[in-house]
Amino acid sequence: MYKKDGSNLVPVPSNAVIPERDINDMPALECKNLGITFGGLHAVENFNLTIGRTEIAGLIGPNGAGKTTVFNLLTNVYQPTTGTILLNGMDTHGMSTAQVSKAGIGRTFQNIRLFNNLTVEENIMVAMDNSMKYGLFDGLIRLPSFFREEKKAHQRALDLLHIFDMENVASHRAGSLPYGAQRRVEIVRALATDPKVLLLDEPAAGMNPSETADLMANIRKIRDTFQIAVVLIEHDMNLVMNVCEGLCVLNFGRIIAKGSPAEIQKNPTVIEAYLGKSHTNEGESQAAVDAAAEEKSEGSAPENTKETRKGGKKK
Amino acid sequence: MKRKNTNKYVSFALVIAAYAIMMVLISTGKITRSMQGMLVPISAYIVMAISLNLTVGILGELSLGHAGFMSMGAFTGTCAALMMLESVPNTGLRLGISMVIGAIFGGIAGFLIGIPVLRLKGDYLAIVTLAFGEIIKSIFNNLYLGFDKYGLHFQLLSEKGIKLEEGGRMLIQGAMGISKIKKISTFTAGFILIILTLFIVYHLVESRYGRAIMAIRDNRIAAESVGVDVTKYKMTAFVISAAMAGAAGALFAQNYSTITANKFDFNTSILILVLVVLGGLGNITGSIISATLLTILPEALRSFATYRMLVYAIVLIVVMLATNASSTKIMIDRLKARLGGNKEEEER
Ligand SMILES: Nc1ncnc2c1ncn2[C@@H]1O[C@H](COP(=O)(O)OP(=O)(O)O)[C@@H](O)[C@H]1O
Ligand SMILES: [Mg+2]
Repeated sequence: MYKKDGSNLVPVPSNAVIPERDINDMPALECKNLGITFGGLHAVENFNLTIGRTEIAGLIGPNGAGKTTVFNLLTNVYQPTTGTILLNGMDTHGMSTAQVSKAGIGRTFQNIRLFNNLTVEENIMVAMDNSMKYGLFDGLIRLPSFFREEKKAHQRALDLLHIFDMENVASHRAGSLPYGAQRRVEIVRALATDPKVLLLDEPAAGMNPSETADLMANIRKIRDTFQIAVVLIEHDMNLVMNVCEGLCVLNFGRIIAKGSPAEIQKNPTVIEAYLGKSHTNEGESQAAVDAAAEEKSEGSAPENTKETRKGGKKK
Repeated sequence: MKRKNTNKYVSFALVIAAYAIMMVLISTGKITRSMQGMLVPISAYIVMAISLNLTVGILGELSLGHAGFMSMGAFTGTCAALMMLESVPNTGLRLGISMVIGAIFGGIAGFLIGIPVLRLKGDYLAIVTLAFGEIIKSIFNNLYLGFDKYGLHFQLLSEKGIKLEEGGRMLIQGAMGISKIKKISTFTAGFILIILTLFIVYHLVESRYGRAIMAIRDNRIAAESVGVDVTKYKMTAFVISAAMAGAAGALFAQNYSTITANKFDFNTSILILVLVVLGGLGNITGSIISATLLTILPEALRSFATYRMLVYAIVLIVVMLATNASSTKIMIDRLKARLGGNKEEEER
């Protein structure tokens, strides 16, 4: 399944696997012994992961396993208690979240965080701020550089929106969009920072099946077009198994398995983590993992429906 | 974006129309003296409301000491004007320079407050600006400043130590404030300041700076995640807001022959905040309307004192409804759609 583009996963140092085609490149992301404790709780512990330069990787695990915390560590929202993060070989220790973004990590949030009162286009243009070359004064008195840069950014925002065929909502207020559309805008906004690594936190949550199918195709399209690495947290096993080349399973803050989707589906530890007991039959285990994931993801469901309603009403 | 653009034209049209009408009324003598005397304070309060709206409505930070920046501009600007009596005989030019100086000092005060506070996460600005307003009041209430050919002489608490040469004069006399001010402020100067303020605020909002500032207001964590330098943009908005208040202070003070620090107290800060809230957070046109109505009102109601508070309360409610109610909003939007071919219509 993961061999769709003819690439195999191959081992690299630090007990990890990346797609074969990325083997000669600097990994997009390398985590070494990453860990953080909140009070006494080891939210993430001994986290080692290598992501190939153009890999689509999945981070899965039950609710509360520490997946979102890993994203917050990668973006320096939290300072790790232990370990290092190398982004394209560069240690991001001590950087601010904004600096990490400039260095090349873009992300979306589990609970959508759009600039609700700005238009969709403005949301995306905020993310291009660092690449826009005009100063405060140029903007206030409207020098030619203002018009030139604004026009360029406007065009680029429309180009990026085209990935999801969303140019028609460019001038809509972001907060007024339905839930699924808001998730897509968040992805586009993250892409507008020109990331080397794109982190997606439950991108399909709250989407209907046809939206999810589109999303799957688009995640691949994004990787192919921009040649970047994508790491996604997702409970939708169908999406994960279809899109991801490598998977990393987290439980209670620890990695319990790494490998290709096929390997993960067969892994008894993983099945046990999801279900609390072992299954032997492969076909059954896929269904079991699916069912379990669905069950576990219910924890975040009320929040999602609330958001959906809110978005719906505004529209 | 279109929506903001039409709003912008409404604001400019409103101000220009009001100015034109007033000028006609003044030249035909159809306006009372007391009304004429209010034109400069109204202009100053409009600028105060717009500038505070930049901090509260657009940046999303609460400031409870906006009068402090006005005070800063009033005292520094007026002192500067008094020192320029001979060197700059043209009153218009002198007023202009004094407003620029007021703006610079207002901006510096904003910057100094911003450095420690705006880098913090959380609502510290409200407390610190509140303290700033009180501190600046105390300082000017206890400051004695004189000026002669050797330059400025200042002392705190009493003027005993200040000995001025022939031809020198006291500028600030503690709680007595500044007296014998040359009343050089004019309605036209106020009008120009409002237009300038609108120009700056709208151009800011429609530039990448304004976008980033509003992004921080809507979601700071997301703004950081896309590389927005939060402190820098907060600082930009706050300093511009404080500088505008400083300019308004210089204009306001030179409409009177005497000005004291107590004029710019906590009540004034709250009044300006009320103007902003009534006009609608982030709604510049609303700020202009509420500042105008609520500055005229107490004066206009003087003649029927019995019902004054009642009418005042009713007008407060009406202003609030008119600027914030969804029905009027829809009406205004329709109007705009007709005027500007607004695309956003289809969203509703
Ligand atoms: N800021 C925080 N302070 C304290 N505990 C936290 C914090 N963030 C996350 N946690 C805890 O860390 C664990 C992992 O949370 P999270 O990463 O959100 O899980 P997941 O995304 O896998 O569902 C949870 O037990 C959560 O309560
Ligand atoms: Mg999570």
